[in-house]
Amino acid sequence: MTVPLLEVRDLRVRFPTEDGVVKAVDGVSFSIEPGETLGVVGESGSGKSVSFLTIMGLTRSRTAIIEGEVLFKGEDLLRMTNDDIQEVRGSQISMIFQDPMTSLHPFYRVGVQISESIRTHQKVSKQEGMEQAVEMLHRVGIPRPEERARQYPHEFSGGMRQRAMIAMALSLNPDLLIADEPTTALDVTVQAQILDLLARLKQEFNAAIVIITHDLGVVAEHCDQIQVMYAGKIVESGNRHDVYYDSHHPYTWGLLSSIPRMDEAAVGERLKPIKGLPPSLIFLPPGCAFHPRCPHRFDRCEREVPALIPSDGHHASACHLSLADKERIFKEQVMARS
Amino acid sequence: MSVQVNERDGQLRTEPTRDRELLVRLRGVRKLFPITRGILFQKRVGSVHAVDGVDLDIYKGETLGLVGETGCGKSTLARVLMRLYDASDGSIEFEGRDITGVGGRELRALRRDMQMIFQDPYASLNPRKTIGSIIGTPFRLHRIVPRNKIKSEVQQLMELVGLNPEHYNRYPHEFSGGQRQRIGVARALALRPKLILCDEPVSALDVSIQAQVLNLLEDLQEEFNLTYLFIAHDLSVVKHVSDRVAVMYLGKIVEMAVGSTLYLNPKHPYSGALLSAVPIADPDLAAARKRIILEGDVPSPIDPPSGCRFHPRCPNAQFPKCSEDEPELLPHHPGQVAACHFPLEDRAIIETPAGG
Amino acid sequence: MGRYLIRRTLFLILVLFIVSVITFVVFVKLPAQDPAIRAAGRSPTPELIATIRAKFGLDRPLYVQFGRFARGIVPWPGVFLDEQVYFSYTNHVAVKEEIYSRVPVTATLALGAAVLWLAIGIPIGIVSAIKPRSIFDRGGMVFALIGVSAPVFWLGLLALYVFWYKLQWLPGSGIPPEENMIQAVMAGRFILPWFVLALSFAAFYSRMVRGNLIETMSEDYIRTARAKGISENRVIFKHGLRAALTPVVTMLGLDIGILLGGAVITETVFNLPGLGQYAVRSLLNSDFPAIMGVTIFAAFFICVANLFVDVAYAFLDPRVRYS
Repeated sequence: MTVPLLEVRDLRVRFPTEDGVVKAVDGVSFSIEPGETLGVVGESGSGKSVSFLTIMGLTRSRTAIIEGEVLFKGEDLLRMTNDDIQEVRGSQISMIFQDPMTSLHPFYRVGVQISESIRTHQKVSKQEGMEQAVEMLHRVGIPRPEERARQYPHEFSGGMRQRAMIAMALSLNPDLLIADEPTTALDVTVQAQILDLLARLKQEFNAAIVIITHDLGVVAEHCDQIQVMYAGKIVESGNRHDVYYDSHHPYTWGLLSSIPRMDEAAVGERLKPIKGLPPSLIFLPPGCAFHPRCPHRFDRCEREVPALIPSDGHHASACHLSLADKERIFKEQVMARS
Repeated sequence: MSVQVNERDGQLRTEPTRDRELLVRLRGVRKLFPITRGILFQKRVGSVHAVDGVDLDIYKGETLGLVGETGCGKSTLARVLMRLYDASDGSIEFEGRDITGVGGRELRALRRDMQMIFQDPYASLNPRKTIGSIIGTPFRLHRIVPRNKIKSEVQQLMELVGLNPEHYNRYPHEFSGGQRQRIGVARALALRPKLILCDEPVSALDVSIQAQVLNLLEDLQEEFNLTYLFIAHDLSVVKHVSDRVAVMYLGKIVEMAVGSTLYLNPKHPYSGALLSAVPIADPDLAAARKRIILEGDVPSPIDPPSGCRFHPRCPNAQFPKCSEDEPELLPHHPGQVAACHFPLEDRAIIETPAGG
Repeated sequence: MGRYLIRRTLFLILVLFIVSVITFVVFVKLPAQDPAIRAAGRSPTPELIATIRAKFGLDRPLYVQFGRFARGIVPWPGVFLDEQVYFSYTNHVAVKEEIYSRVPVTATLALGAAVLWLAIGIPIGIVSAIKPRSIFDRGGMVFALIGVSAPVFWLGLLALYVFWYKLQWLPGSGIPPEENMIQAVMAGRFILPWFVLALSFAAFYSRMVRGNLIETMSEDYIRTARAKGISENRVIFKHGLRAALTPVVTMLGLDIGILLGGAVITETVFNLPGLGQYAVRSLLNSDFPAIMGVTIFAAFFICVANLFVDVAYAFLDPRVRYS
């Protein structure tokens, strides 16, 4: 049995605000194996970004209350000193963000920014750092990398900037790359290029990748494991087949039913959106956070918070419905669409 | 690039447009934005060819989808149609009348018939006005309804779009993204327009809210016999709502077809690329696609390539034909036209129609 | 960039022209004693006055009079503020000479104060930004309020009273004519003027740096920098400050440009023979060529400072390119 690369145990992140305490992450536990691709899917307010920002130690709020354990290669990241976690960031765990235009410093050349990443963790000269930066730009498929390295971010197109970010993130061969909405700000054809690039580089660099997104389509092709998050909790996790063809949570069913289908058979069909709005993270509903919007709720759902329980192997869901009911409802209501 | 109207009309007017009246007719529409240089007096040295020769017909009661990436000109085309911009060239006909150059009172009257819903629900509502005031503005401007009746009209509209009429006096920031988009819809609907241009109306919304707004738009179309021009970059959303879909690239329409035809048998390689790139929430279906991954980035409309504009990125391009000859929109399957010298084979991307 | 510079230079001349027109019109419209009478000395005879008037060109029509001054606007050696026209009504010295002899004083005052206000204001701004709402930040806010509210003349007189009269630590106002600038500075004559002038600017700059830095630190590229594992200090100074200080450079250029035209109140309180003092005296004496000369000179400096700052901005922010 392999030791997981990253093991998160009961992570909770709360932000006190004027209106009350925001429970952004409310008891999240999962693990990532080396070389795995994990997709984390959720809408705004699900806690998907905050979880990983907290894992990286990038939650800025001074007043944030963080509880739980985040074991990376056995060591708890949450309890490391600032110096230690700075060592880890960029060299062992890297992160790329949504908007590549604003994520690169506008006043420094791209090559310099990549070189800085390298020189923060390794003793190399400016010259060598630049050389390595150019090499990285080449590996992410940017033509004429020596020229490009001397340019500024605003001289790059959106897709190229994201490639440059990826180059920067992979420059020190990290074990884990976290991509927070990496393709949301990009055009569709460029999106495909970037996702393909990530898949290829994952092989080359032998890194585990986490793709955080709101788009169920993006993770369908590229992720081995998928987690669905809602109101700060993981409500379902499993592999591709589990989540798309055998899912066990009403929220996942709702998401799958709200997405317009591309296939022939779905022409002229009406979408079935989830009723209502996402809950306030300050005043979470009692029991299951999804119950006010759930068409299958019953009285236990209002009283008891469902735990994330595996039904087999890696497939787990946080719902009080019986396994038999889940499979039945899924077949009748969700699969019936196709 | 002119089009043989009669020929095309026969081909195009199959389901679903066969029995419908023509509402909008665009012919040869161009919109160029000048680029200037100079010391004291700015001289024009080039142009951004945002829209560069578009012929389009929109029929009453249909939803025409317009899809394309950044720089393709879809938003500009919508604004030219709405007369928010003046066309640099070409003609725009609405209900048989030429509206290309109208101004003043005639233009204002036109605004009753054509309305627009915008992309960003956070930026398109004036934060200093109550939503009652925002939705009521069309009534006040066009003086169709007596002042004392405006409030009740507005509240009716609010109910129609799924908002609580008691929130009449609230401000936009008190609403969520999806609700704000509903406010935008209510405002557009106020004067019962004939045509509504939806410019990326759901792109900024969460998935579950997107579905709510799309259903709302569908219901309203049925109830009020609306015609939609639906612009989006997400092919799956466009396909879902549209009767016909037009694909734009660098200011021109490169393919137009009924949704299912476009999905099964795209003819233009760019449509094929879009289809193979669009994220599909179905792993098997997604994996079964043939891939067309384009090289390079979406080009700028300042200096469009010669011949077929897509040739630098096209995996099918053959020289010198593709770099010298601009292809015309030619018919393929019933209801489909595409502008390509070497169009894709049938079933080039999706091999079998999925189901079950 | 070349085209841009040419365009800006043309605008500069236009601005100087407009400034001179406005100054001329204001002077003509304001009631003042006939300068010929003032220049003529005691009990002038009508013939003497007429002679002087002819010499000053005051008997000619207004547009001709203006025309004589207009030629001197062009900032070209030999033409700028030419001695024929720009000759003081009161003390019979070429305005140009007077200005050039006073520039060192004003320059020393302005530049010294600038160094001081940057040295005080920027660190206070940085600390306030890094620890918002802490005791440092609130202290900085109080400092800013005092600095911005305290009138310069009050501060100046208070400073003189405390540090010269009572404590006798520093010399009083004025510069003896035999001392050059270096000697004056060494003698400590500029210390109080520098502090007094710098205080309000330091306060303003500290708030500006604070605001800019707080905004910059919330930008996405700062998050990226932290994600790379860079130390927090480097994030603040190399990434944050680099972006936050760019607008400060702009402001600095403009402020120095304005001060080089004369820090009127400070020079008056401390009796420093600079351009500001000259401007005030000329006004009180209705010495039109001097007023015109100083105004054009100051306007020229401000335009040049503006241009310099805009060009510098293009070097600091690579996204900005002028055509």
